[in-house]
Amino acid sequence: MLLIYNRPGFVEELTEQERDELFGEVGAIMKELTESGELVGGDALADPSKTKTVRRKDGQPAVTDGPFLEAKEHFAGHITVDCESVERAVEIAARWPDVRFGGYMEVRAIMNESGTEM
Amino acid sequence: MTAAVPVPPEIEDLLRTLAPQVLGTLVRRHGHGAFDACEDAVQEALLAAAVQWTETERTEAGQDDAAGGGVPENPRGWLLTVATRRLTDQWRSERARRDREAAVFAREPSGREAPGPADDRPGDHDDTLTLLFLCCHPALSAPSQVALTLRAVGGLTTAQIARAFLVPEATMAQRVSRAKQRIKAAGARFGMPPPDEREERLRAVLHVLYLIFNEGYTASSGPDLQRADLTAEAIRLTRALHRLLPDDGEVTGLLALMLLTDARRPARSGPDGLLIPLTEQDRALWNRDAIREGTGLVTEALTWSPPGPYQLQAAIAAVHAEAPRPEDTDWPQVLALYRLLAHVSPNPMVTLNEAVALAMVDGPSAGLDLLRSLDGDDRMSGHHRLAAVRAHLLEMAGEAGAAREMYRQAARSTTSIPERRYLESRAARLNDTRPDDGGSHDGNDRANT
Repeated sequence: MLLIYNRPGFVEELTEQERDELFGEVGAIMKELTESGELVGGDALADPSKTKTVRRKDGQPAVTDGPFLEAKEHFAGHITVDCESVERAVEIAARWPDVRFGGYMEVRAIMNESGTEM
Repeated sequence: MTAAVPVPPEIEDLLRTLAPQVLGTLVRRHGHGAFDACEDAVQEALLAAAVQWTETERTEAGQDDAAGGGVPENPRGWLLTVATRRLTDQWRSERARRDREAAVFAREPSGREAPGPADDRPGDHDDTLTLLFLCCHPALSAPSQVALTLRAVGGLTTAQIARAFLVPEATMAQRVSRAKQRIKAAGARFGMPPPDEREERLRAVLHVLYLIFNEGYTASSGPDLQRADLTAEAIRLTRALHRLLPDDGEVTGLLALMLLTDARRPARSGPDGLLIPLTEQDRALWNRDAIREGTGLVTEALTWSPPGPYQLQAAIAAVHAEAPRPEDTDWPQVLALYRLLAHVSPNPMVTLNEAVALAMVDGPSAGLDLLRSLDGDDRMSGHHRLAAVRAHLLEMAGEAGAAREMYRQAARSTTSIPERRYLESRAARLNDTRPDDGGSHDGNDRANT
């Protein structure tokens, strides 16, 4: 899974042309991954201000509005790919435009239900 | 065939057996350039059959005409007719759309109406084999080979394959269609590979069948039952291949290996889905019929065939299967077979298993010494299997602390949830164990004395 982290609101600061480029690039990568049969799924997440955080407080779950920590970067979305190698997944992540605009990507392996007895 | 229509197993079996035969006939008739279109047409014919043949099954009418319902008298001819009609329709609409009459006429089928008796001649068997070779073409990546084999030879729908591999149907459809394009681009012909390539191409086919088997076998029970069906499909296809090539020792070996491995399935995980290691499995649950058949196949093959990797792995599985209790295992025999396997097909996974057998014969420190030879191997460094085996041998040697650390390291390295649970529980067990206890693994006494 490719986890996308970026600075909330950075898109608003871009020029119209930069914004078009950004979304165009994402669209092109998604199209490529769809055609190659590597795309499994993904979601873009809404602005962090829409977050609800659930934590335990005095033995009860307590809900607060907004993310718990005011972080510089936020988890903005994820895409799941099924590809031949980790190297290929890293290559896809490196092309994600958010990286150019101060964000970063994490490439994480997904746990599965298959296993061999030892 | 489809999730929407419950198809009786006998009809499903019939359809899946006929699928490669019908496809083979169509491709021979229309040329290998039409493989993609023929394959689509056969899929549509299979779906139509799944609906129409079952309709009469349900109503038990039987008076419907041949086009209507029930299993037709000549099911193969029926499928051929319907697939041919689809193919013709497809080409007609293509022609209308693209207005490229000349190009299409060149591909237009000659006898596009109902097939005559001549089309129903035997030769089907060769078609299944030829199709297997085509679907496992070297121009394709392994996942594409697997997907295409399941669809074109196995007669599974894209939806079924997608469910089995846990990807969206659109993704799997894309993989199948790309695979077919690539075969076309590579100029692959629908025919047997030339003799000098045959051996290598057959190895690729066996590899794909084994991948399909493992995909199903490693899936746990419960929600993943759909995936476990892949083992049955792999066995069915390998059986078909074995019937076509009874004189190939490795085909026989692979079939034996699948049967002997699958025989342990009822015992390999507990009701909670937790993996149970070989030495702790309830051997009464093993499937005796499958063991008998697998053991018979591999024993016989080894008398006339040079021992290849599948035969040797099957022989090892047979040695395990013949031991009524883990402590009855003929470990010197297992070790000898692993050494032979390491010689025939050197591979770090083989060394890993050889180390376990060596530990059972000569004690854990001998096994641990052998494991050290893998430390410099890029394919194994950081691999959870190496850590897991090392943990197991350390546990045997009575080094509880080191074993616990190693189990934890293995648990962190695996991406399998059942394996992680198993490894974590092994580590936790050692927390309650005195350092000299050596854990609860069967066979420890024997190995330590």
